[in-house]
Formats: sequence, C-alpha cells, structure tokens
Amino acid sequence: MRDALTLRGNHALLTRANPLAKFSGVVLITIALALSIDWVSASVALAFELLLFPLAGLTLALLWQRGWPLILAAAVGGWSTAILAPDHGRILLDVGIWSISDGSLQLGLGFLLRGLAIALPAVLLMSCTDPTDLADALAQQAKLPHRFVLGTLAAMRLVGLMAEEWQTIGMARRARGVGSHGNPWQRMKATLGQSFGLMVQAVRRASRLAVTMEARGFGGAQRTWARAASFSRLDAWVVLGGLLISGAAVVAALAAGTWNMVFLGQQ
Amino acid sequence: MTDISAKQTLTAGKYSWRVVDIVVAALIAVAGGVIFWAWDQGANLVTGPLTAAYPPLTGLYAGGWMIPAVLGMLVVRKPGAALFCEAVAATSELIMGSQYGTTVLISGILQGLGAELIFAAFLYKKFNLPVSLLAGAGAGLFCGLNDSFLPWGWNIAYEAGDKLAYIIFCAISGAVIAGGLSWLATRGLAKTGVLASFASRKAASEPVFS
Amino acid sequence: MTSIDSVRPAAVSARGWGWRHAGRPRPAVSGLDLDISPGERVLLLGPSGAGKSTLLHALAGVLGDNSAAGTAAATSAAVPAEAEDDDESGTLLIDGAPPRARRGRAGLMQQDPETQVVLSRLGDDVAFGAENLSVPPADIWRRVAEALDDVGLGGLPLQHPTSALSGGQKQRLALAGILAMRPGLLLLDEPTANLDPAGVLEVRDAVGRSLDKTGATLVVVEHRVAVWKDLVDRIVVLQPGSGTDSAVLLDGPPDQVLEQARDMLIAAGVWVPGHVPATRPRNAGAGAEGDDAAGELLLAAEGLAVSRERPRRAGLLRGFHKVPPAPVQSGIAAQVRAGQALTITGPNGSGKSTFALTLAGLLAPVAGAVSATTGLSEGAGIDPYKWKAQQLIARIGTVFQEPEHQFVTGRVLDELMFGPRQLGRGEERVDELLERLRLRDLVDANPYTLSGGEKRRLSVATVLAAHPRVLILDEPTFGQDANTWAELASFLSELLDAGTAVVSVTHDAEFSQVLGGAELKLGAPQPDGVAAT
Repeated sequence: MRDALTLRGNHALLTRANPLAKFSGVVLITIALALSIDWVSASVALAFELLLFPLAGLTLALLWQRGWPLILAAAVGGWSTAILAPDHGRILLDVGIWSISDGSLQLGLGFLLRGLAIALPAVLLMSCTDPTDLADALAQQAKLPHRFVLGTLAAMRLVGLMAEEWQTIGMARRARGVGSHGNPWQRMKATLGQSFGLMVQAVRRASRLAVTMEARGFGGAQRTWARAASFSRLDAWVVLGGLLISGAAVVAALAAGTWNMVFLGQQ
Repeated sequence: MTDISAKQTLTAGKYSWRVVDIVVAALIAVAGGVIFWAWDQGANLVTGPLTAAYPPLTGLYAGGWMIPAVLGMLVVRKPGAALFCEAVAATSELIMGSQYGTTVLISGILQGLGAELIFAAFLYKKFNLPVSLLAGAGAGLFCGLNDSFLPWGWNIAYEAGDKLAYIIFCAISGAVIAGGLSWLATRGLAKTGVLASFASRKAASEPVFS
Repeated sequence: MTSIDSVRPAAVSARGWGWRHAGRPRPAVSGLDLDISPGERVLLLGPSGAGKSTLLHALAGVLGDNSAAGTAAATSAAVPAEAEDDDESGTLLIDGAPPRARRGRAGLMQQDPETQVVLSRLGDDVAFGAENLSVPPADIWRRVAEALDDVGLGGLPLQHPTSALSGGQKQRLALAGILAMRPGLLLLDEPTANLDPAGVLEVRDAVGRSLDKTGATLVVVEHRVAVWKDLVDRIVVLQPGSGTDSAVLLDGPPDQVLEQARDMLIAAGVWVPGHVPATRPRNAGAGAEGDDAAGELLLAAEGLAVSRERPRRAGLLRGFHKVPPAPVQSGIAAQVRAGQALTITGPNGSGKSTFALTLAGLLAPVAGAVSATTGLSEGAGIDPYKWKAQQLIARIGTVFQEPEHQFVTGRVLDELMFGPRQLGRGEERVDELLERLRLRDLVDANPYTLSGGEKRRLSVATVLAAHPRVLILDEPTFGQDANTWAELASFLSELLDAGTAVVSVTHDAEFSQVLGGAELKLGAPQPDGVAAT
C-alpha cells in the first residue's frame, strides 16, 4: 500500500502534467459515462483509456495488478443489475427474486463496462500523480486552505506505516493468546480489538506529527511554496484529450442508437 | 505575557480547527480506510454468496465506510469534522484504486454530509449515543440515496422495492456500525488517555443518553 | 529577508514559570527560574515528571492550544471548569517575547524518528519549515542543500523517499529541516532514545557540527549523559513541580553537577557516566557462560530464511502459484536451551527482529524450519507457527518492542489475568508477578496510561503470567532509564537461573553481558546472509 503513494521510478509523460488538469480530464470522461448506461459509450471510452496507460507509466503487468479488483467489482455490479433490474424483452431466467431478461442482461453488460470505464481513469490518474504535487496544486491553484491540505498529506504519509503496524499488532496479540481462529463471532471480536489497537497508535502518532509540524512553524496564515504549481501546454492537451474521449463516447452511443439516459429509464 | 497567549487562544474560537485536529482527523480517516480494507478481505468470503443471492444486502456492511465520519467527529468535535474525515477517507480510497473511480469523492462527501447534518442539528454540543446512532444512520441514508439515485450509483437500475431495501439496510448498518462502534471506540480511546489534547478527553465519563 | 541570513543565537529567560496541562490536577512545572544566554549549551536532567518535555514544548511554542471550551456543556461537573484549560503562571521568554510570538526562532526535535518526517521526498521535507516561515523560494532550495550537507545527507538526491531512511538518518533529516529555518535555539527532546548506538553518534555529531557552525543556543533533554557531556557547557537538574519549591535543583558546569548530584541522579535513573547500574549476576553453577551440558534443547532453527512479507500469488499469467518473498536473512542456525540466554545482534536491517518473530512462531519461515523439541511442545507439534494461540503462550512468550502493541484489555489486572484465563490455570502466579515487578499500585489503571518503564514491566509480566519455558524479547532496553534497565536485567537473570530460556534482540552490549550465554551475530542484509554463532 505504501507503493500506491509514491511515484518512485515513474518518468512517463503524464507525471509531468498538472494534477488538476489530469483530474479535470478524468471528470469530463466520468460525467459523460455517468449520464448513460450502455455498452457502446463505455467500450469506446474504455478503448481510449487502455491506449493511454503507457503514457501514465503503467506496464501491462501493473495495469493487471491494479485493475483486476476493478473488473471483479464491475462484474458483480453488472450481475446484480442483470438480476434485479426491471425486465424488458424475452425472459431468460426467472427464479424467485432473480429474473434475467434480454433487456436487463444488456443493461447488466452496459453496467459492467461502464463501471470499468469509470474506474480505470482513476487508476491511471493515481499512477502518474505524486500526492505532494497534488497537494501543491490543490492549495496553490484550487485555493483550498493549506492547513487542511498539507495536514492531510502528512497524515497520508503515515498510511503505509499503519498497514505495517496492523500486521505487527496482529502478531503481538497472537503472542498474548488472542486466537484469530474459531467461529466468525470470535474472529470479529479479534479484528475489533486489533482495530482498536491500531486506532490508539494512529491517534498517538498523529498527535506527535502535529507537534512536529507546528514546531516547524506550520499553521500560520501565510507561507511560501518551494514547489510552484503551474499549468503548461501539456495540461491543455490533457484537458482536450478528456473532452475528446468523452465526446467520442457520447457520439458513438448516439450513432449506434444505444444511448440510454439514466434519468429517462430504459427505451 | 500570559495574557497575550491566553487571548490568542480564546479569540481563536472554540470551533476553529487546530493543527492537531486536522492531522488526527485525517489519520483517523485514513486508518479507518486501512481497517475497513482489511475487514473487507475477510468479509468477502462470508458475505459474498449472500450478496450474490440478494445484492441489496450489501447495504448491511456499508456502515464500515462511514466510520471515519462519525468517529472523526466524536474525537475532534469541531464543525465539519464528519465531512472532512469522510472526504479524506474517500480520497485515500481513490488513491488505493477504488472501483468507483473519481465518483467515490462525491459519495464520500455526501455520506459525510449525512452525518454532519445530524451533528449540526444538535449544534455540535451533543455527542452521546443517540446522536452518534442518528449520525451514522444519516450517513447511511445518504449513502443509500447516492447509490440508488445518482447517475453513477451501482444500484441505479434496480427496481424501486430493491432500492428501498438497500437504503434501509444502509441506514441500519450506518447506525449500528458507524454510529455505535464509533461511540464505543471513542469511549475506549478516551480511557487510554490518547485523547488528552482533544475536546473529547472526557468522553469515557460522559453520560450515555443525555 | 536577506538571502544569506546568519543565525542569531537566542536567549531564554524564565521567571517563576509554571504550566498545568488541561484536565490534569497537578502542574507539570512550577516555580521555574532560569536564564540561558545566547550560544549556551544546556543539558536538562531530572526524574520523569519533572516537566522537562513540557518546558521544551513551551519554548518551541507548541503548548497552549488545549482549551476545551468547546465541550463546556458536555464535561462532567466533577472537574471544575477552570481545570479544563491549560494554566500558565509566571513568564517564559525567548529574546524578550513569549515563545508563541517567536515561532521559528526555536527548532524542536523529538524522539520518535517516524513522526519527525512530514513529507515523502527528502528535499520537500527539509524545505517544509522554511516554507512555513515565508522564506522566498529561491532561498529555500539553497538552504535545503546547505542543511542536508551540514547533517551529512548531502549525498542523497532530493527526490529520495524519506521512508527509505534509517532511524538515525530520519533524525538527521529532522535536524536538517530545523536548520533550514535558521533557528537561534535548538531544542532536543530525547533525540537518540529510539536509535541504535551508531545512530546515536551520528545524530550527536551532526548536532555538534551545526552548533559549531551557527553558534545557536542548545537545550537538550536526555538520559544518556555520556553522549552529551562533552558537548554542553552546563547541566541543569529539574525537580517535579511542587508548588512552593523552585523547579531547579542544581545548575552548573557538567563535572561539578555530576559530582554533586551523583547519587541523586543515579537514584533518578539517569545514566551517569562511569556508572553501570548494579544488577543481579548470574549464578555461576547454572550454565551462565554458554555451558551446553546444563541446558535442555527447546527450540532449534536450521537453514532458516526469514522475511516479514507474505508469499504473493503470481498473477494469471504465471499460473497463480505462490511466489516466496525475498528473505532479509537466510541460512540461520540457532539453538535455544533452557536456562541459557541467546543474544541476537547485528546492524540495522539485518533481520534480527524478523528472525526473533519467526523463532517465536509468529512469522512463517521462507525457507528452512523452526523446530520445537518435545520438551517444549508437549504434544502440540513440531512447528510453533502451526500452534494455536493458547498453546503458544504457554510455551513461548514474546515481548514486543512497543509494549502498547500487546495490550488487549483496559485494566492492568485484567492484562495479567488474560493469559491464565485463556489457559484455565496459573492465576496464583499473577500475585507473585505483581509484587516482583512493582505493579501492585497500578492494578486498576488503564495500561495505556502508564509511563514507559511501567509499560515495559507490565508487558513482560503479562507474557510471563502464562509461564512459558522460552521468553523472547525484542529490544527490551530501548530508551529505558537506568533503573528500569537494571530491574529488567536482574529479573531476567533470575528467570534464567530458574530454567527459562531467554532470547533477546538487542544492541545493548552491557545488557547481554549481564545475561551471559551465546551471541548470534547476523550479517549485513544480503540475499544470502550468513549467520555466525
């Protein structure tokens, strides 16, 4: 999990783009996809996104490593939709509360692809954006209060530590005789106890970190920035790219006749 | 000299956030994400078949995602804590590669808002068990609404009856898990003394219901 | 601001200063009269509770925000409203103004290296303080480069991840971050407590160099007098806030104070140079010096390779089989015998703790095996990793480096009874442990509220309550004052003579001397690390 928070070794093109520009690009695509549940717009967007992954510094292996949980989640969403959506067209399966029809199957497929197409850009975004650069952009350009942005950034650095500590606390408790086996109730109690232990450490460390930051003058109204966040031509291309992809997805769906506005229900 | 520093403290206002409030709230949010991620790994085995059978049941463990909102507020006790913590938890979820993509940010903000409104309704003065349960339910309600009615919601295509079931399950889960567990956790934390710098330092001896 | 600003050493002055934290009944400090002139270097000593940390925090300007006015309605009536706020008396000034008005004049270093780091990249972290003081960006990077050179980290790239630094490096990074602020006053709160001996010297030398260069004033709080004695010009001994007496007990040049207060300091647990605390020696006849014949073999490790990571599943493309993690140390062979001590030493990162945890049955070996003889396992099986938790605690007891990780209940007495209750036996031993480890007065307290030394004693006691034959300790003497150290060493010496096997991971040479027994030295981290006994 620590790896997710650093960009060590990633020198791809998109790491140099401004985080806010990248974010806007992703939001444009997300909005376009969110408006309709259909497999055409989702597939078009997905195709473009897959083309982009080398630019974000991801290899096929990394993409798979970070992407497979998304595929699983999207599949679950698609399945749930298929069995629970109102039925249209030929009924394929009807068992108790489950019912799958032609229409709901198509909807489910659209859901699956759309879910993927929305989730993937976020993975791309995070793979090529350093959290410190994101914080700089949010505080300097988006004008969010710097105390909150930097305080959160500092806290996030401790996440990896928390994950390691989770494992250590687990071992420490086993060494005291707290078994992690047994019935689900016992296991839940053990997990709750472990969570509490982690929370205590989290609050302790955060308090000490806050003292460190304050002792270095943090918390005042004014400050200067050692790393200036700025926009460049690359960022214009990034936003344009987002616009193009979202536009292409919408146009393709309208042309294929599968556009299915979320609020208007199924045709 | 004492007067100067004392004045600075008092005029800063009892509702303003100190650095320690910000950092601890953020870390509670992030640690909550780690815990829930770890819990999810185990929970999947148990609940997987259940939810494949009747998906709205997933609402029953949605409460875990809203723990940061209520717990953060109960510990830090400053306006906006529920909203802030849930937004930070959503951001860290995004960083870890959420299946909701960037829409998780909006979900997070809405869920945080659900809890925040309850605490605001009590003027940020009451942090007892009923308020915590209500706040958790509020967050759950907004979570259910978000998933069922907003364009990117997973359940947007369900039938009305299933949507209602999901929303109810979310609210219950929010109340019990996010509200109840957070309240218990705050009392436990107060007893260990780690909350000495916060307004919640006396949480262990506060009355349960009033 | 001028671009090359030299440091102006700060002067500190306290008149009858006192501080009571919000919610606490008694003041942390009271009646402090102290003057420190610019450029002076002072070592603060005193028993715990004398308010040393509080003074440093106050000088750094980080105290004073704890008013609980926001919960006035919710607090119980038992504590009067005034007690809910911090309470300051007297005056404390840096260069004539209160510390909060002089933020940035003082730099504070604390003892936990991990929470001294703010940002993920080296250069960014050092620049943080300067940014907060509104230094112009061009000057910031110049100061960063200079500060990194001053502390000896100049060879690392500015993008270097801060999480990849050792404890000593992290503390030096913290120093660099402070130096970039050009402080006139350097405040060090037990900066070397969590470091290995090499790290301690690294930090001490870095501080010395920067003081020589800038001439800043220094106030350092530390147990280990020997480390700082030659660097400071003055020692001030504080005593706990008592309302009427002055807080300063003694004040003068190092040699003079150490001589005058020698006995008092030793009693307070300070590591006075030249004095090794008295400990109970091992009984000569009980196998103290690695005498094989006396000790029954309990645990053995053969060709052991260890790692903290779990095996990953290779992806779809490689058939989903398990990929073992790269071990941090391999080829380890060791024997644990009753009544004998085994000390595990080695440089940072050589996998000492990982090995100890694997021996304890808490981590699975990457290669090789840990085997328990029937004398230890008593029918539970040969592999400790496979034992159930209840079986484990009755056979091998493990004391972790951070006592808080092992607390499972909310009361000291419940902690001690936890093991016996799980086992269904052994409750009579609890009384004995309470006495022996001086925990009787604390029976109702919440374990997290104990002091460092008390937590350490409690964690040892809780593990022993299950009466294991093997005791494994990870850095038991880290950051302990001399009294706790001596107590622990003596207690373990007793246990050894009574037949328990004691395995400890430690940097502390004097500690392993007291325990005697064999030493297992792990080599520097390499793919095929070789262990030498």
